[in-house]
Amino acid sequence: MSQENTLTSPTQQKSVAELKQIAAQVRRDIVRMVHAVNSGHPGGSLGCADLLVALYFRIMKHDPSFSMKGEGEDLFFLSNGHISPVFYSVLARSGYFPVSELATFRKLNSRLQGHPATHEHLPGIRIASGSLGQGLSVAIGAAQAKKLNGDNRLVYVLMGDGELEEGQVWEAAMYAPHHKVDNLIAIVDRNGQQIDGSTEEIMDLGNLRAKFEAFGWRVLETDGNDLEKLIPTLEEAGKLSGQGQPSIILMDTQMGFGVDYMMGTHKWHGTAPNDEQLEKALQQLLVEEAGDY
Amino acid sequence: MKDFPYTESKDTRSGFGVGLHELGKSNPNVVALTADLTGSLKMDAFKKDFPERFFQVGIAEANMMGIAAGLTIGGKIPFTGTFANFSTGRVYDQIRQSIAYSDKNVKICASHAGVTLGEDGATHQILEDLGMMKMLPHMTVINPCDFNQTKAATIAIAEHEGPVYLRFGRPVVPNFTPADQKFEIGKAVLLNEGADVSIFATGHLVWKAILAGHILAEKGIDAEIINIHTIKPLDAQAILESVRKTRCAVSAEEHQMNGGLGDSIAQLLSREEPLPLEMVAVNDSFGESGTPDQLMEKYGLMENDIVAAVERVLARKAK
Repeated sequence: MSQENTLTSPTQQKSVAELKQIAAQVRRDIVRMVHAVNSGHPGGSLGCADLLVALYFRIMKHDPSFSMKGEGEDLFFLSNGHISPVFYSVLARSGYFPVSELATFRKLNSRLQGHPATHEHLPGIRIASGSLGQGLSVAIGAAQAKKLNGDNRLVYVLMGDGELEEGQVWEAAMYAPHHKVDNLIAIVDRNGQQIDGSTEEIMDLGNLRAKFEAFGWRVLETDGNDLEKLIPTLEEAGKLSGQGQPSIILMDTQMGFGVDYMMGTHKWHGTAPNDEQLEKALQQLLVEEAGDY
Repeated sequence: MKDFPYTESKDTRSGFGVGLHELGKSNPNVVALTADLTGSLKMDAFKKDFPERFFQVGIAEANMMGIAAGLTIGGKIPFTGTFANFSTGRVYDQIRQSIAYSDKNVKICASHAGVTLGEDGATHQILEDLGMMKMLPHMTVINPCDFNQTKAATIAIAEHEGPVYLRFGRPVVPNFTPADQKFEIGKAVLLNEGADVSIFATGHLVWKAILAGHILAEKGIDAEIINIHTIKPLDAQAILESVRKTRCAVSAEEHQMNGGLGDSIAQLLSREEPLPLEMVAVNDSFGESGTPDQLMEKYGLMENDIVAAVERVLARKAK
């Protein structure tokens, strides 16, 4: 049931065309998962589908047989845990667990909790997240452990832009350059939306490039919904590692990307589509051969 | 009543510092973090001899807890060191999500707990930490009584897989636990056998319980004294065995009555063996500035308070 729908192919590098197909399949998974339980966060999940697909199918060295320690592997942490649908879909499609298990999302006795958790031992998850602002600190710790272990692979962490309003993020932002955590690549999902409205309106984030540069980070910017731009940026960030500074990618995305009626609004942050809306979404998320779970 | 000879008095936090340094030598996976309190936590020796395994986080406790959780992913055993207040209440959600719920092998080591922190006052004198920590699933909660026991506990928790809260303090107290006594998590230590009343004490109140035991002996009361160094998991067997013999109990701790050791014992007794219990603890109040001794007296945490509690519980005990 799972193997034929698993899209990973560790020996071959995926082309952008192939990655787009995988991202479309992941987006189909996302809308179907949240529709099935009438809950969850489709907007940010759709917006970050390209990033997670690029990381897990192209950029990161990782092993779906999964060990917590991930020795010799690149690690990814999701700090904005509410976009769990995209994380679960990408993990399943990479072979961490059966794709059919996506059908259990947010249901009783599932390993796919509303927000990611290690408690149920879902392969691919290394920390619980959902209460915001904690992932950057955790990623720093994991990166420093890699240094102590002589492991030169990288640690990636994704945060939401609204999440940057949490104070702990700035504690961590101060720490990483001071301690030269240069095997760390943070990514901000700059979709400009949060629950109560736009970030500009709720809490203006101001000039994030200037803020992070002032804290001592290397700052890169990219379009998170254009793989042709996103992949070179991720590769560039990788090349900047080991030079004494952490890197952060300010990644512009559109919440709801791929489903027209979910784009350009914060309305779909935490709302599931109804039957009709699901159908409309799936018509827009075409893959050559739908491998829906 | 047994005598508990001791040759010196020391602070429990120094027991932590010595234990941590020994771990540095014996276990290469042990790492230590502090939030700008290296000296207060007695972590200087570890820092000096193992600088690559020591992380100065600055005054940023939330970040420290997250980093500690992340370090465990690479197989490290992080010991975080700051005051008990900043180790718990300030970072409760970080501990809850990134450590306890994520089942991370972090050792949260907390000094200056309780009113014996003294003159700094109530902002720093946390009396709710045991309660907060014992409520968290997966969390082990330990409150040793003296230098030797704190040192032994520090070494023991490195061998235990899972999150631990280790609470100790600032004042100098008699160091009477034998230096070679092995620390067993969750195993109460019977200090004095007695027939009339069971006194269950933790932390700094263990020595007060011993002093109370001598006063009670002079009054012809034969107290059983048990050191409950592990609040969670509670040694239910030792507690029940003792009260089934003595038929009444007193708990003693430098903590709020709500959520502390007495509260755990009350739950156990009400389920298994409903017998009278009196609690020596802070009764729904913040602390204040003063010397440790003045505060222990004002907040009812002295040997005389334990004696009075014993007399109350004996009056309630079925004849």
